[in-house]
Amino acid sequence: MALIEYNKPLKSNFYLLKISGKYEAKMGQFFMIRKDSQFMFLNRPMSVYDLENDGVIFLYKKIGKGTTILADCKKGDEISIHGPYGNNFPMDVKGDIALVGGGTGIAPLFYVSKQLKKYCKNSTIHIFLGLQEKNKFEASFNNYADLLQVNYGGFITDYIPYEKYNTIFSCGPELMMKKIEKQARKLNIDHYVSLEKRMACGVGACLVCTCQTKNGNKRVCKDGPVFRGKDIF
Amino acid sequence: MSGLLDINFLEINLKNPIIMASGTFGFGREYAEIYDIQKLGGIVSKGLTLNPRSGNQGIRVWETSSGMMNSVGLENPGIQTFIKNELPFMQSLDLAHIINISGTNLEDYVKACYKISREKVDMIELNISCPNVQENSVPFGVKETTTREVVKEVKKVVKVPLMVKLSPDADDIIRIARICEEEGADAISLINTFKAFAININEKKKIFENTYAGLSGPCIKPIALRMVHEVAKQVKIPVMGIGGIVDYQDVLEFLMAGARAVQIGTANFINPKVGEIIIKDLENYLISNDISNISEIIGIVN
Repeated sequence: MALIEYNKPLKSNFYLLKISGKYEAKMGQFFMIRKDSQFMFLNRPMSVYDLENDGVIFLYKKIGKGTTILADCKKGDEISIHGPYGNNFPMDVKGDIALVGGGTGIAPLFYVSKQLKKYCKNSTIHIFLGLQEKNKFEASFNNYADLLQVNYGGFITDYIPYEKYNTIFSCGPELMMKKIEKQARKLNIDHYVSLEKRMACGVGACLVCTCQTKNGNKRVCKDGPVFRGKDIF
Repeated sequence: MSGLLDINFLEINLKNPIIMASGTFGFGREYAEIYDIQKLGGIVSKGLTLNPRSGNQGIRVWETSSGMMNSVGLENPGIQTFIKNELPFMQSLDLAHIINISGTNLEDYVKACYKISREKVDMIELNISCPNVQENSVPFGVKETTTREVVKEVKKVVKVPLMVKLSPDADDIIRIARICEEEGADAISLINTFKAFAININEKKKIFENTYAGLSGPCIKPIALRMVHEVAKQVKIPVMGIGGIVDYQDVLEFLMAGARAVQIGTANFINPKVGEIIIKDLENYLISNDISNISEIIGIVN
């Protein structure tokens, strides 16, 4: 059990949740979060939005019953958290990198940009975000980006100069990641995607989050959530 | 080992009556990264079939109040690959390892059980109760005739203890349990998940491609407990209780109702270390209630 430091509502039903404590995570990994309630029986997998010395921050969207229960949580409430789980985006990337996020898929990319800035000093990092409407958090992506482009209400994939990049990390709607993969294949770009699936155990045992890849069934929670784009699409 | 929780199940000495249920614990590897699973009494493998299965399409999990539904559809590597890649790990653990075997027809059940019983395994759990195998198909364990047939034929070919896992959807679960005993089953485990249904009201469509899915978790516990109580009184072979157990109090209820051991399933998803916690809490319970061994409470509530 841990305590909630804050749970701030933003526009479009987004929330920023900070849970107090000392945590470690690699970029792209997730934690399992649960507020004890008979109506929120399973943990929710949430990728790390940011890590601070005294807590971990998640960006989530209120959609169903579970996230509605989470959204009602206040500072000081107890919450259960375990992890981190899953693999991570590669740390040894070379050349120029684009991070592309759509909707809640932007959640892991802030921590990714922070880590890349630290570990890939010679790379430039360009961030492309697609959102429904203007919000409060996207400006903070400027902290670690050499360029930030946000599109509201359209298709962010229309604004990416693909030929500039050696590597692309993407997370968002399937259609978005699929479009990027098409370009990546044409231009020989290393493309990594982070997938989202409903989960139960989160550790690789129950097989409810299986996805189909070119190399057979894989567990999003354990073999992923990060996969090579070419193995998925 | 304190001795408080030791218990024999058939000829197997268990450190404690806590066993991890099929399909919720893989083959043990993932949870072994999280805690020392050798504290457990045992683990049951993910359900295996003669040939590999890639499992069901579409959504595989759906949350309910105090429970969940799953439609994994027995995704597994098949018995041969399991024996080669996973069984050595299970055998290396200092705990009871039980191999769960499933099938869609009699021949596959018999072949898979024959193969696994030639290996060094502690027990086979014959799964005649998975609701997720084929759309509109009835599990073997629902009808008396198919139950009798599969237990009889499997019993002929296996050399290791055979435990049969019953379905709560059985026409008459007491009758089914008796048939298993008559046909030579060495033990009974119950219950598997309930066949259940969920609808997406916005799209006016069913949630699961396979239509129905298996319901588990605390929401089924009182029914599971009633079934264990009924069955344990009616058969002489030992019973393993399963169904919505999340803490040591639940374990005690199942034991008092007549189960000689229990399986923990869905609770692993809520807290991956639940097994370790339950074992510690059980020990404390026995100490504070001055009970020298857990077997003293088995079946004490008539």
